[in-house]
Amino acid sequence: MITIDNLHKSFGGVEVLRGASLEIQDGEVVALIGPSGEGKSVLLKHVAGLMRPDSGRIVFNGKDIFGLGHAELMSLRSRFGFLFQNGALFDSLTVFDNVAFPLREKTRLGEKDIREKVLAELKQVGLTGAEDKYPSQLSGGMAKRAALARALVGSPQIMLFDEPTTGLDPIIVHSIHALIASTHKRFGFSGIVVSHAIPGIFAYVQKVAVLYGGVIRFVGTPKEIFETDDVVVRNFIQGSLPAETFPSREQAPPQSKANELQERAL
Amino acid sequence: MGNQADRWLLTPIRGLGRVPLSVISNMGRMGIFLVQALFFTFAPPLKFFRLLKQIKFIGFDSLLVIVLTGAFTGMVLGFQGFYTLSRVGSTALLGPMVALALLRELGPVMAALMVTGRAGSAVTAELGIMRITEQIDALEILGLSPFRYLVVPNLLAALICLPLLTAIFNVIGILGGYLIGCKLLGVNGGTYFGSMSDYMGMKDVLIGLYKSICFGGIIAWVCCHKGYTAGFGAEGVSKATTQAVVLSSVLILVCDYLLTSVLF
Ligand SMILES: Nc1ncnc2c1ncn2[C@@H]1O[C@H](COP(=O)(O)OP(=O)(O)O)[C@@H](O)[C@H]1O
Ligand SMILES: [Mg+2]
Repeated sequence: MITIDNLHKSFGGVEVLRGASLEIQDGEVVALIGPSGEGKSVLLKHVAGLMRPDSGRIVFNGKDIFGLGHAELMSLRSRFGFLFQNGALFDSLTVFDNVAFPLREKTRLGEKDIREKVLAELKQVGLTGAEDKYPSQLSGGMAKRAALARALVGSPQIMLFDEPTTGLDPIIVHSIHALIASTHKRFGFSGIVVSHAIPGIFAYVQKVAVLYGGVIRFVGTPKEIFETDDVVVRNFIQGSLPAETFPSREQAPPQSKANELQERAL
Repeated sequence: MGNQADRWLLTPIRGLGRVPLSVISNMGRMGIFLVQALFFTFAPPLKFFRLLKQIKFIGFDSLLVIVLTGAFTGMVLGFQGFYTLSRVGSTALLGPMVALALLRELGPVMAALMVTGRAGSAVTAELGIMRITEQIDALEILGLSPFRYLVVPNLLAALICLPLLTAIFNVIGILGGYLIGCKLLGVNGGTYFGSMSDYMGMKDVLIGLYKSICFGGIIAWVCCHKGYTAGFGAEGVSKATTQAVVLSSVLILVCDYLLTSVLF
């Protein structure tokens, strides 16, 4: 179980996280949604121990990860898979070597097994034939899929996805969601998916959390979020829905827009 | 009111403290960085392939610029030394004069400054870009130390390459001095080389060697640190690169002074 406990973080005097708290049970995938620039990526990096909070804790199986020694932190981290928002592929390595990197460095697999696994993973994300390309030769969407393959190849126990489908075309979006869902079924990782793909993401996550104003403003099941009384959350969800699925019955009255503006000003 | 007056009075005093504070905390961070880098240098495994790659990048790829600057430095020394020595009528000592200046001072310093500009800046830019594109974070997520993969290879490569590049710089410089002094200005070639071995000892060679090793360490340390801690965005990387070159160059000259005064 991962507990995010009252996390505060500011950059140069600007408070980004103001006491964010969230719990992720074992085997549970949580969708983290919220407007751009709210600090979703920052929150994810705290969970992975890549950033240190100004105050607050991340407790993983009863241990505060910021209190761990170097060796403990390193061994904990190797159980994490992280898909960075911009891919973060090693640009001195080809796509194949990027995906093979975790296996070569962290396992004792032979080159033949590695090749098999890497090619299978690349096939899953639809990148067959791009093995020998360098990251600079890939389109944004291809780079993201290569990064996804690299994050999944080591079958990590905890997966953190930072916008796995942003900037991809609709067909690929669907297949990426299906891939994450099926990988989750197979390996049962726990994790967080930051996404703007509403409602597509709701199909396979167990919980939804909304980051707003530096705190987790809402946590609940995908079903509950459509029934919430919180105007801010409702407006965000409705604003994020594609036009054709816009539920006219739930259309927010003009009043709620004013409420939201008020909320933002506060 | 009192509060306001307090603020008026305190602001400049606080400002005074800020500069030394940030300098000191920066030095502390750089010190910690060096300790970590040294720790991973001696903790196996060593990333041998990356080390070879950096040796090629810092060493081999710097050869051309080292040969060029070495040749011209030696040629200038040939002219300048001949001019000075001819005034006191002892142009026979041109050889040791050129060689001593190169081995003890100019060789290590010039080679280090050249490597800073050519390779050090590139190392900073590379690490800085890896930092802002989160490639360094990606290494850490895998439970792998960025120090082992990125910093140690640069550090070892610089420690290995700088003495070698300095030696090449010196040899080319001495030949440049020979070209000007003997071929152009008519000093006897046998005297040029012969008097060198009369007036120089192992100590002169060793001083140059110690210096070049120190300078190699400084370049790798400063340039890796600046890249590793580069700020946000393209601006962060360009700032880090400038700072790395300026700080390395200054530290090289300061360290040169200290070593010269200690080893004199
Ligand atoms: N390393 C950093 N240094 C300074 N500011 C940062 C850093 N990382 C993120 N920020 C700031 O934190 C805020 C939240 O960023 P981010 O987490 O990327 O938002 P998002 O919710 O879109 O993922 C932004 O204003 C961003 O500028
Ligand atoms: Mg983000």
